[in-house]
Amino acid sequence: MLKSLTCSTLAFALSAGAALAQTDITWWHGMGGRNGEVINEISQKFNEAQSACHLTPLSKGTYEEALASGIAAFRSGEHPNILQVFDAGAATIISAKGATIPAEDLIKGAGKPFERSDFIAGVRHFYADSEGKFIGMPFNSSAPIMYVNLAAFEKAGVEPPKTWEEFEAVAPKLKDAGYIPLSASQLTWMMVENFKSRNNQPFATNNNGYDAIKGTELIVNDDNQVMMFDKLKEWADAGLYGFYGAGWSDNQKPFEEGKVAMWIGSSGSFGGLQKTAVMPFSAVFMPYWDAIEGAGTQSFIGGAALFAMAGKPEAENACTAEFFSFLTSPEIQVYWHQNTGYVPVTEAAYELAKAQGWYDEQPVAEVGIQQLMLPGGEWTKGYRMGFYPQIRSIMEREFNRIFSGEVTPKAAFDVIEEEGNALLARFAKTAG
Amino acid sequence: MTDTAALPPGPAPQAVRRPRKPHPPAAPAKRVQFDRPLTPWLFVLPQLLVVAIFFYWPSVQAVNSSFYLEDPFGFGASFVGIDNYREALSSREYRTIAAFTAGFCALVTGLALGIGLLLAVKADKVIRGASAYKTALIAVYAIAPPVTGLIGMMFFDMHIGPFKDLAALFGHDLRVGIDYDDTALALVTVAVWKQIPYNFIFFLSGLQSVPVAVREAALLDARSGWRRFRDITLPLLAPTAFFLLVINITYSLFDTFAIIDVMVKDKPANNPMTLVYKVYLDGFKGNDIGGSSAQSVILMLVVAALTIVQFRLIERRVHYG
Repeated sequence: MLKSLTCSTLAFALSAGAALAQTDITWWHGMGGRNGEVINEISQKFNEAQSACHLTPLSKGTYEEALASGIAAFRSGEHPNILQVFDAGAATIISAKGATIPAEDLIKGAGKPFERSDFIAGVRHFYADSEGKFIGMPFNSSAPIMYVNLAAFEKAGVEPPKTWEEFEAVAPKLKDAGYIPLSASQLTWMMVENFKSRNNQPFATNNNGYDAIKGTELIVNDDNQVMMFDKLKEWADAGLYGFYGAGWSDNQKPFEEGKVAMWIGSSGSFGGLQKTAVMPFSAVFMPYWDAIEGAGTQSFIGGAALFAMAGKPEAENACTAEFFSFLTSPEIQVYWHQNTGYVPVTEAAYELAKAQGWYDEQPVAEVGIQQLMLPGGEWTKGYRMGFYPQIRSIMEREFNRIFSGEVTPKAAFDVIEEEGNALLARFAKTAG
Repeated sequence: MTDTAALPPGPAPQAVRRPRKPHPPAAPAKRVQFDRPLTPWLFVLPQLLVVAIFFYWPSVQAVNSSFYLEDPFGFGASFVGIDNYREALSSREYRTIAAFTAGFCALVTGLALGIGLLLAVKADKVIRGASAYKTALIAVYAIAPPVTGLIGMMFFDMHIGPFKDLAALFGHDLRVGIDYDDTALALVTVAVWKQIPYNFIFFLSGLQSVPVAVREAALLDARSGWRRFRDITLPLLAPTAFFLLVINITYSLFDTFAIIDVMVKDKPANNPMTLVYKVYLDGFKGNDIGGSSAQSVILMLVVAALTIVQFRLIERRVHYG
């Protein structure tokens, strides 16, 4: 890494000297590890592909830190051209009209081609306004999928479940075979947000918050949502589900060690799992409830999008538009997809990866994108709620209390709804 | 607080101030040092600037924004009076965190001071290999707080932590990160462990400055080691102990941030945390600037009140030899 860093610094120094007319743009993101390296590689590809613009990516830590830094920088006029904002922070930046230039306007304004239908169905709406105009540029998109420990299923002589009903049938056999049948990371994303999408259930009033900021309220203490957690608690008590707290990796680890038969994680976890899992594994769609009518729909995209920040000179905006177009080109999307495990965001990129035989080699890599391409429903476009990171924190707090037996799921969701709605009302005041 | 404690006693500070007043006339020898009234101010100016820029200015900003409800990007701020304060103080979660902070602060300060003092008293008596013991006890202080947090996290980890096995021997299923009390136990343990060496160094040097003559005289008066400690050593250690009390309270309120941050791993969930951590969560993760500012102002008031109590009530009882 040090070497590539030196190389890029050198390249930067040389190019800065050679072409003074070059326009510099910056990109702040919240990715580390291998993903951060791939971002540097993509930026380098962009810089090599054309000479008018020079892009410098900079990691600002985690998603939350990247958003906080971007906000602080915006307030002092020192913001980057491009800011990566994660799914839960989407409402914060989209509601601040004047902080960003809608990606669609930016690209079209620069005279570049842009078609909404080029993007795969699952990513079209999440970062768009209620009319479907792209505000953010979908970038690293992931889906929650269920990884299965093949050794465990072979030993128990059962098939991976498609629905939670099937799960209830196979879980005791996996337990008898000596495994903890299920664990799941980030229950907020898996068992609330994507419980809503996979089962086509409303998540908030005002069309999941897309239509208006004022008056948007959570819908989480309904019978179906509470039933999901009643079941999880019941399974936990029966030894069919292992709850390891709110930390992502604490829940992933027992699966990597081969102790857990099924783990619900991100499609983006695939690259890491290949290195860490001690047993052969595969993946299937995240289960839904057969008993809920209309269930089995696509999931929300997770991950993050790129936002073009306002208040920058025309020349820099043109470069940002250039980069957004570059980023959605099939070659770059496939490169990103193959190196990180995130799904490609355009149909063309998906087709290219398929044509290259990537999925024959790595069938697990296709599960996430296929789940995002399942039929959609009325409630599968996404959600738009302000202060949502804090609402997630409330959920995490209450989930811990559910599994330590302090509160019932019903009582927990009552509290989540009450405190969450107070936050939404507060957000409506700030945005008003 | 630290500044006051660190100032050397004696005539030096008075010498700096004296030339400003015409009456009473200063001693000629001292007048030579600063013959212009502005000179001393010039010397303290850098320090004053640092304090103004890094302390007063942000404080004023915090007080100001605590009365507003603001969109994170700064497009519109509406004046809401004391709503932010009312909201914080009436929130059940905030009160739970405040109660935990008070308990945590008392426990960490008490245990870190107590164990530090005990170790210092015992190490003071050791003659053979004294420096080896002392080095071993002091070494931990060199570890940075986030690293302390990481080490603590490994010890208490729910998958690989040895403390989990230790607790299992006593029939307790230790579930740090899931169970509130278990996590609190882990936080207190790590925070105390980190602070003991600091207290140890100061208590040890305090003990070594107790005159041998006084100790020997005490030996004639009382046979009981505990009584000698209580009546002679402890009062003579009081200035050190008072200084350490102030430092330890500050430590447990503020400097444990890194430990908590590492141990709750970004996802506080139902885990215990201190008020400072809550300010950070709401401000930096929740982007709620008004609410977070109100909380930090509350915290400032608490610290101001604590400082007054410490210096008005407790310091009066401390006898500086």
